[in-house]
Amino acid sequence: MTPHKRQPHEAGAPALTGRRRLGALMAAGVVAVCTAVFAAACAPGSSAPPPSSPRASATAVRTDAAALGNVTLTVWDQEVRGGQAAQMEKLNAAFQAKYPNIKLNRVSRSFDDLNTTLRLALSGNKPPDVVEANNGRSAMGAFVKAGQLRPLDAYAEAYGWKERYPESVLRYSRYSADGKLFGEGNLYGLPQVGEVVGLFYNAARLKALGLEPPETWAEFEAALDKAKTAGEVPLQFGNLDKWPAVHVFGTVQGRSVPPDQIGTLAFGRKGASWNTPENVRAAEQLASWVGKGYFAKGFNGQGYDAAWQAFGKGQGVFLIAGTWLLADLQKALGADLGFMLPPGATAGAAPVATGGTGLPFAITAKSPHPDAAAAYIDFITDAEAMKVLTETGNLPVADTAAQTVAEGPQKDVFTAFGTVTGKDGLVPYLDYATPTFADTLGAALQDLLAGKAAPREFLATLEKDYKTFAESNG
Amino acid sequence: MAAPPGEPRRVAYLYLLPAFAVYAVFLLYPIGRAVQISLYDWDGLSLGTWAGLDNYVAVVADEGLRAAFAHALVLIVFYAAGPLVIGLALAAILNHAKVRGLGFFRTVVFLPQVIAMVVVAVAWRRVYAPDGSLNSLLGALGLDSLTRGWLGDYTFALPAVGVVGTWFETGLVTVLLLAGMSRIPASLYEAARLDGAGAVREFFAVTLPSVRAEIAVALTLTVIAALRTFDLVYVTTRGGPGDSTSVPSYEVYHRAFGLGQVGSAAAIGVTLTVVIFVLSFGINRFADRRLT
Repeated sequence: MTPHKRQPHEAGAPALTGRRRLGALMAAGVVAVCTAVFAAACAPGSSAPPPSSPRASATAVRTDAAALGNVTLTVWDQEVRGGQAAQMEKLNAAFQAKYPNIKLNRVSRSFDDLNTTLRLALSGNKPPDVVEANNGRSAMGAFVKAGQLRPLDAYAEAYGWKERYPESVLRYSRYSADGKLFGEGNLYGLPQVGEVVGLFYNAARLKALGLEPPETWAEFEAALDKAKTAGEVPLQFGNLDKWPAVHVFGTVQGRSVPPDQIGTLAFGRKGASWNTPENVRAAEQLASWVGKGYFAKGFNGQGYDAAWQAFGKGQGVFLIAGTWLLADLQKALGADLGFMLPPGATAGAAPVATGGTGLPFAITAKSPHPDAAAAYIDFITDAEAMKVLTETGNLPVADTAAQTVAEGPQKDVFTAFGTVTGKDGLVPYLDYATPTFADTLGAALQDLLAGKAAPREFLATLEKDYKTFAESNG
Repeated sequence: MAAPPGEPRRVAYLYLLPAFAVYAVFLLYPIGRAVQISLYDWDGLSLGTWAGLDNYVAVVADEGLRAAFAHALVLIVFYAAGPLVIGLALAAILNHAKVRGLGFFRTVVFLPQVIAMVVVAVAWRRVYAPDGSLNSLLGALGLDSLTRGWLGDYTFALPAVGVVGTWFETGLVTVLLLAGMSRIPASLYEAARLDGAGAVREFFAVTLPSVRAEIAVALTLTVIAALRTFDLVYVTTRGGPGDSTSVPSYEVYHRAFGLGQVGSAAAIGVTLTVVIFVLSFGINRFADRRLT
């Protein structure tokens, strides 16, 4: 500020004590740094690419991976445990053997770690080439909106992915180019494994009660009742982690609410409402189960893992959960384990079950090797790959019926998934609806199950979140 | 060189520069950036839009966020007040009784501090589980009617989390106070005893005033720990049941990394920083004034 050069010990300086001068200097420093901050960095995110640059269709797609020259692909996945890790290692090794010109640089993180670091990684200048991005709006939706994922439709055409996958599966990776519509539009990724939420049951316990696996929903409730009377835990359940009740509610809801309505609600589209008699019936039924003592005691204070592990130890007749628990439960219960789709109102009713896909593999917009990345994704999801997935104890998302597995729980799971995808009966996870819905629904369900909120209040909470989002999303 | 030796010279600032540069890069810049981001509506990915003070208005207006700050204040009772009372009693007894093997007891009470909070949380989660050791204990005492899933109970979840904090912080406070008490000259106690003071009187007349500085340090540390509680809530309840144990730090994490509301998260973080600053400043002012 002062234009003239100051002398080291000029007069006037002693007026400031050493301490105060130091303070003044510090303050000046703070101001300087802060101004630098505000001057240098404009609005946060200004280094992000312009939203939705449709580049994929512009370049011709090359599917001959061997002719792509020497390429290194960085792949971020979350296949860290057991059979998941095994299939990934096998497939990667096979891919490298087939295409020695493409080198894979695999970065593997747990689901939570991947979710929390991907956002930062994608906004950097050198993001990984292939990433597993969670389908929901807070992850894949946000990435699409920010133009950080590449639409794969040209590759889907070239590789015939639409024949490989049923549309009911592909729609879980579809977004409109602006990220607003979920479930339709461009394809942004391909999943490897399928998931469906159904009823695990302990066949030995069921038999001891003199019961067969229920064929209708009424029979299921009757079985819960009988188990309760006999002093068993009818439905093993732990809801401390907030989200497990979402799967139970989704299953109950599927009995009362038409699947297309659930789809509209779960994809956060306009045109549906939580305040319907069918939803009220579902919420009331779920709440009534608490009163009837169908759930394990103290469920809101029990962890999810602790609950299914208790089921694995033989405590509990039923467990409403997803196929991802198959391997662990089978290890614990062996042939006593059974799995079935949630039964409908009548024995022959069309199947409806919450479910979808594992995390889809997507290609980042900044990747310099999209063709090689697409070839990799094609390789880990083709018919051969599905066989590898089956061998390593996973549930492949496509060609499920073509796999041969031994009789028992794994066969049950494969049959259930084949049936429900074949009849287009998969309804999406409810927490997909809005970026905040997982939280809203999880907390609201804890309120409902604890009797803190009446069914109608519960639905009003959901409606508020859903409506606010659907309106603002256009 | 006219200035007397020891007088600050301009050149001295040069020596401060390296430290200041580190301080600026790793502390001042992030703080400035956080303040800036808190003024934007930003999802962490695309271009942020200017939001002015909206995010701060939301901190005050949003019922859930207000509740989160209220929960943090409740936790202060468990993290700071509880350990202080227990710590004073424990330290007074240990100091007064001249216990044999004092070092051993000191280690035992301090032990929780050594364990990572995440491990502590996982262990307590088991203690509080419906089939956990707390309920087994109650059952054995014939108090079956009191058993419950503690962390899933709307009334007891927050106190249950708080008790873990009490358990965790008591050792630190005790060791701090013990150090303070060991410095009190024995002559003061002798004088008090000659004046006919009993153990209780002695505690309030001699011990307590002498450890005021240690109390201030203990309170500063534990109050800050209470306000920035994150790992404990993250591992035990994730803010549940409902929102009954959500705290500001958890909201910061959850919004920034889970929901992609980075601006809002930054605003909560800045607000929390200000609250922590004001409270610890207040505690130290209070302690200073009473000391002089």
